[in-house]
Amino acid sequence: MTLPDKKQQIIEDFSLYDEWLDKYEYLIELGKALEPFPEEKKTEDRLIKGCQSRVWLDSELREGLLFFTADSDAIITKGIISLLISVYSGRTPEEIAADDFGFVAQIGLKENLSPTRANGLVSMIERIKEIASNGR
Amino acid sequence: MTISEIRAQFPILGTQVYGKPLVYLDNAASAQRPVSVVECWTSLVQGANANIHRAVHKLAGSATEAYEGTRNAVRDFLNASSSEEIVFTSGATAAINLVAFSFGETFIEEGDEIIVSVAEHHSNIVPWQMLCQRKKAVLKVLDIDENGVLQPSALEKLISKRTKIVAISHISNVLGLINPVKEIVTVSHLFGVPVLVDGAQGIVHEKVDVQELDCDFYVFSGHKLYAATGTGVLYGKKKWLDAMPPYMGGGEMIHSVSFEETTYAPLPGKFEAGTQNFNAVPTLIPAINFASACRNSADVQEEQEAILDYVYKALTENPRVKLYGLPRQAKVPVFSFSVEGAHHEDLALILDKMGIALRSGQMCAEPLMDRLGETGLLRASFAPYNTLEEAKYFIKCLDKAIDMLI
Repeated sequence: MTLPDKKQQIIEDFSLYDEWLDKYEYLIELGKALEPFPEEKKTEDRLIKGCQSRVWLDSELREGLLFFTADSDAIITKGIISLLISVYSGRTPEEIAADDFGFVAQIGLKENLSPTRANGLVSMIERIKEIASNGR
Repeated sequence: MTISEIRAQFPILGTQVYGKPLVYLDNAASAQRPVSVVECWTSLVQGANANIHRAVHKLAGSATEAYEGTRNAVRDFLNASSSEEIVFTSGATAAINLVAFSFGETFIEEGDEIIVSVAEHHSNIVPWQMLCQRKKAVLKVLDIDENGVLQPSALEKLISKRTKIVAISHISNVLGLINPVKEIVTVSHLFGVPVLVDGAQGIVHEKVDVQELDCDFYVFSGHKLYAATGTGVLYGKKKWLDAMPPYMGGGEMIHSVSFEETTYAPLPGKFEAGTQNFNAVPTLIPAINFASACRNSADVQEEQEAILDYVYKALTENPRVKLYGLPRQAKVPVFSFSVEGAHHEDLALILDKMGIALRSGQMCAEPLMDRLGETGLLRASFAPYNTLEEAKYFIKCLDKAIDMLI
């Protein structure tokens, strides 16, 4: 699925839920479905600063495509990073670096998190962009 | 005063968040303000706004009267022996910093010891650490037992000839336990050591008589006691305040200034440099009146006890929940707990969407979190305007949130 299609799909998925509690349920499911992240990879350099809960993000470049794995000790945060990964994993660094991440605003995620948590989301996006810009 | 009469004084309690009635359970972080406090502020800003202590005009006189009248009211509220012993600060943190600096300048030397408890708020740790760094002094830590209870007998073992001050909270902002401060003062005084009591939470839940308690310093913030933000009180025994140098230099704290020599104003002006928060400080009067009325209201006391019983029982009987700060006898309605298998941040996020405001995280007490072996906790803290019905809604929503996460 192309990046615009994938983003559109997420926006549509989110629009199914009127209540924020239902959206959280959806994020919790996404978080629970995230593939296990090896304990030994939970290192300081993979930790994303600016989140109230701990979030680790790892990346790997395979045949010109970036693949992300992640984990968090909080399940909703894990759902959020899982959502981001499902959109951006398996794409070229150039495509990710050029993206505006605007779909996050469209699903209302940032506005519905408290400022400290919204900062965490911004930090996650910035780390993904940074990885893409460095092409690794 | 009934609970519904009290609630009517707080318009914010009638508002909604995400379409749900607001249930405000983050009172230990900051309380809401009654109409009387808001009106006090408004009437001063609109009718008596002028800098205090300086000018001869009418407005300045009214503002000064309101400000100094508050000092007398706080003196009576704490039963201090004189208004000179009441210093206004921007809050409890500023008051502790003042003592750590000024007391430290005079009385702390290399190798001296300062005792704090492991359950202190960062505001009652970091100023002392900074002092220790400046003076090469040593910070010693009084432990708690696994339930969070402080032992005055442990203090006897920790205190030494080098101990110069003990700084302890009246009630921990995390554990919600009333510490045996009277015993701590008695033990410390046996060794000739003064005691600072951090009353940020204590002043909200307990009647404080500083002469009866015999503490050397007592500090609190106005905003946790329903007054305007940026207000705070340092009570200090005159003998200490007289012996301490000013903390900050500037306007109004001086007697005379020349480039050769500056002399300082007498107490308490010596510690109130620069323009004071004169619009906000007088809101302490309606705030104190409200707090006193709550203490004297049988309805409030009954409701608070019912909330304590209900929440305490619900949390201790839930096998997934670990509540800190036992036993019930010494507890105020401040509940910090962890839930096995559910992160405090997730729980707080979900409860927020149910209209419940509470706190998650380390609550400015990282050393205590380390001591308890937790990365963070969830805290529900109740005020006199909270109802048993809200407590029941909170427990119901907590169960639902746990079900969502596990």
